[in-house]
Amino acid sequence: MTATTMTPADRADHLGIHQPRLPKWGPAVIAAGSAAVAIAIGLVAGLQSKIQWGLIAAILFVIGQYVIASRVEGRRQAKDRLATALVWVAFLLAVVPLASLIYETIARGIKVLNGYFLTHSMNGVVTIQPGGGVYHALLGTIEQVAIATLIAAPIGLLTAIYLVEYGKGKLAKAVTFFVDVMTGIPSIVAGLFILSVWIMMLGFGYSGFAGSLALAILMMPTVVRSTEEMLKLVPNELREASYALGVPKWKTILKVVLPTSIGGITTGVMLSIARITGETAPLLLLVFGNPMINNNPFEGAQASLPLYIYEQWANGNEASYDRAWAAALVLIAFVMILNLVARGIARWKSPKTGR
Amino acid sequence: MAKRIDINGLNAYYGDFKAIEDISMSVEPKSVTAFIGPSGCGKSTFLRTLNRMHEVASGGRVEGEVLLDGENLYGPGVDPVAVRRVVGMVFQRPNPFPTMSIYDNVAAGLKLNGGVKKSDLDGVVEESLKGANLWNEVKDRLNKPGSGLSGGQQQRLCIARAIAVQPQVLLMDEPCSALDPISTLAIEDLMAKLKDQFTIVIVTHNMQQAARVSDRTAFFNLAGVGQPGRLIEVDDTQKIFSNPAVQATEDYISGRFG
Ligand SMILES: Nc1ncnc2c1ncn2[C@@H]1O[C@H](COP(=O)(O)OP(=O)(O)OP(=O)(O)O)[C@@H](O)[C@H]1O
Ligand SMILES: [Mg+2]
Repeated sequence: MTATTMTPADRADHLGIHQPRLPKWGPAVIAAGSAAVAIAIGLVAGLQSKIQWGLIAAILFVIGQYVIASRVEGRRQAKDRLATALVWVAFLLAVVPLASLIYETIARGIKVLNGYFLTHSMNGVVTIQPGGGVYHALLGTIEQVAIATLIAAPIGLLTAIYLVEYGKGKLAKAVTFFVDVMTGIPSIVAGLFILSVWIMMLGFGYSGFAGSLALAILMMPTVVRSTEEMLKLVPNELREASYALGVPKWKTILKVVLPTSIGGITTGVMLSIARITGETAPLLLLVFGNPMINNNPFEGAQASLPLYIYEQWANGNEASYDRAWAAALVLIAFVMILNLVARGIARWKSPKTGR
Repeated sequence: MAKRIDINGLNAYYGDFKAIEDISMSVEPKSVTAFIGPSGCGKSTFLRTLNRMHEVASGGRVEGEVLLDGENLYGPGVDPVAVRRVVGMVFQRPNPFPTMSIYDNVAAGLKLNGGVKKSDLDGVVEESLKGANLWNEVKDRLNKPGSGLSGGQQQRLCIARAIAVQPQVLLMDEPCSALDPISTLAIEDLMAKLKDQFTIVIVTHNMQQAARVSDRTAFFNLAGVGQPGRLIEVDDTQKIFSNPAVQATEDYISGRFG
């Protein structure tokens, strides 16, 4: 080899594989620069809205990065930078509202959120005065969501198992079609349906259970859909391996297919629980709302968190606004905890690799 | 224990597509029979008709008879699940159950089918793993997941899983195609050992392997794309590799095919 006489750079030039690159901190500097310019423009032009400042900065960043990169690195790299910059901007556009929503809720909700708030109802509280709490609503939400889950999760799970493992021909097509239709049912329609059947036709009164029925209708299709996807992910080879051992089909599903996909199925169920936890419309019709604690979900009006937030906001005074924000914070925390639990279960149960 | 298999006039279909046509042959007990032939000629399909796994595939359908010691597997009132307990199978790609430990993988067949005492399981698991030449490598990590093993170890785990249920016949579909020469050798040694107890049928694309491990060899071929595969000839491996009766067999074995 004659390589000893050539420096690495020579060789690279020879092959044409070296190209000038922007330094690692380049994008950060460009971002800072475009932010500074955007602030300057905003101040000079007297733009009030910070959102406008942000958008100007974002546009400057995308353009600036492209121009500088195409000067320094060439066109292909510049396109790469452009795509990266757009992804970053899109990411920020998605995160900023989310973060500010959580910030806003925490900032406003924390004011009255304390042990007292979590353990007391609104019984006998004058709405324009501070005080009272969310206990009855939290209890109602937990009970209603739990009952809805107990109804919808098993039915949804079994439907998905039928569709993936057994379903063939017309019946399976029809079931899939109805699940699709159910996915599109607006929640208020589910509420009206239960109202007309359960309360008006069958003559039952308002209750948490009536609300649970509507929530179950909303939850079922999402459970079916997510479970179906998870079951389809289980490789056929595992089923065949089990059949080849002389294991019957139902046992194969129970002991091989479900354990393999249980992590994903749990996540799917938890996400659909999170979705129905925030439902308001059907509860308005069926659960009615109640300032007092009602432990029994099967009899009498109950409260629920979304309903509580709606009611407090509708009261239209400072004390009620505070309670509404605090309840919103409780609701978000509740859903967040459920999601964390779901992730934990998914990680714990999912197929393990490694030694 | 080992059983002989007689196949008479067997056709197998995927929906309307006839994958194999009019196959008649015998598989001798306590021996290794190798299936060779070009890709797509229906070796896997034929193998899977021998333990009624063919009908698991969508549209899978079989005509003709497969006699296991004289009993027709496709006769009326035969339970395919029961057939598969007698005729075990090892697949081309290792497929241990990902949620189960090494121990549970081997015990899976017995546990899922029930009827075995917990106290007996330990012995069966150890015996099966020893039988599959895997015991020494995994005896300290029986409770670790089976998917954490190397490819070759996983395949031997699958063999251990298959022999743990004590089948009479063991079908192996290209069991070494994903393995290195050393693991391949380990599995070939294993087959030589297992044929004392089981009737073994193996599909392979490796001529040397067929020559090394099998007592009898069957050559399959297909007339053209979209045509069903057919049995060309079956004979003692020695005969097939030294002096086959059909020209196509010789061409295929010597690599002058197509
Ligand atoms: N599940 C299936 N559905 C429809 N056709 C199939 C299916 N499996 C196999 N076939 C077809 O049946 C024919 C035989 O396939 P088979 O898998 O038995 O071939 P093979 O001899 O095992 O080939 P290879 O050596 O590549 O494994 C092929 O034409 C194949 O396309
Ligand atoms: Mg094959």
